[in-house]
Amino acid sequence: MALDVLYFAWLREHVGVPRERVETDAATAGDLVKELLAKGEGYETAFADLTSLRVAIDQELVEFDAPLAGAREVAFFPPMTGG
Amino acid sequence: MDIRVQEAPFDFGAEAQAFSDAQAGAGAIVTFTGLVRDLPGTPLEVMEIEHYPGMTEKALAKIAEDAQARWELSGCLIIHRYGKMRPGDQIMMVATGSKHRKDAFEAAEFLMDYLKSRAPFWKREVTSDNTSWVASKAEDEDALTRWDPNQ
Repeated sequence: MALDVLYFAWLREHVGVPRERVETDAATAGDLVKELLAKGEGYETAFADLTSLRVAIDQELVEFDAPLAGAREVAFFPPMTGG
Repeated sequence: MDIRVQEAPFDFGAEAQAFSDAQAGAGAIVTFTGLVRDLPGTPLEVMEIEHYPGMTEKALAKIAEDAQARWELSGCLIIHRYGKMRPGDQIMMVATGSKHRKDAFEAAEFLMDYLKSRAPFWKREVTSDNTSWVASKAEDEDALTRWDPNQ
């Protein structure tokens, strides 16, 4: 399946792009991360510590073991600092 | 329920007054405004706020709906800015209206606690010699357990 993958804040800076189209067979958000790690050094830096990251599928905050089936958009970002 | 995500500044006084005027049957209005705080040491030049268009509006609406389900509110307003701001600028405001002050105070605190760590905003501080992303605080996450012990 093809997914739009989005990156925000310092994650975006390490990866180098704000969004990209990714062809994947990953079953979960965590599996997608493992595939993205193969794309280069910036991704390794960005995803070095998953406990300090958050993930949203179709704009809903989820855990890394959440299934990707039917998803259109996956976003990765650091903990939020609003307010 | 009124949710606004915008780059432009807002007029806090006018917003508070308009909100108050619209609260039929309310006996209490609580407002909170967050400002860009200067840094100790090297002065802050600019605070930049990035957000996730689309998810931001949904997350804020969900937080406001949760507040309305939990307390008896006549209304609820959230305005949150993104983009570049300077020390002293208003970043965001919430307002709640209710028959009684306890509901209005608690709901306003609930909105603030959740939008700090559940709405997709990220702050970056720019000084003359450094640019750094603001780290989230454990106490902000801990604040949520007050409202939901299972967080």
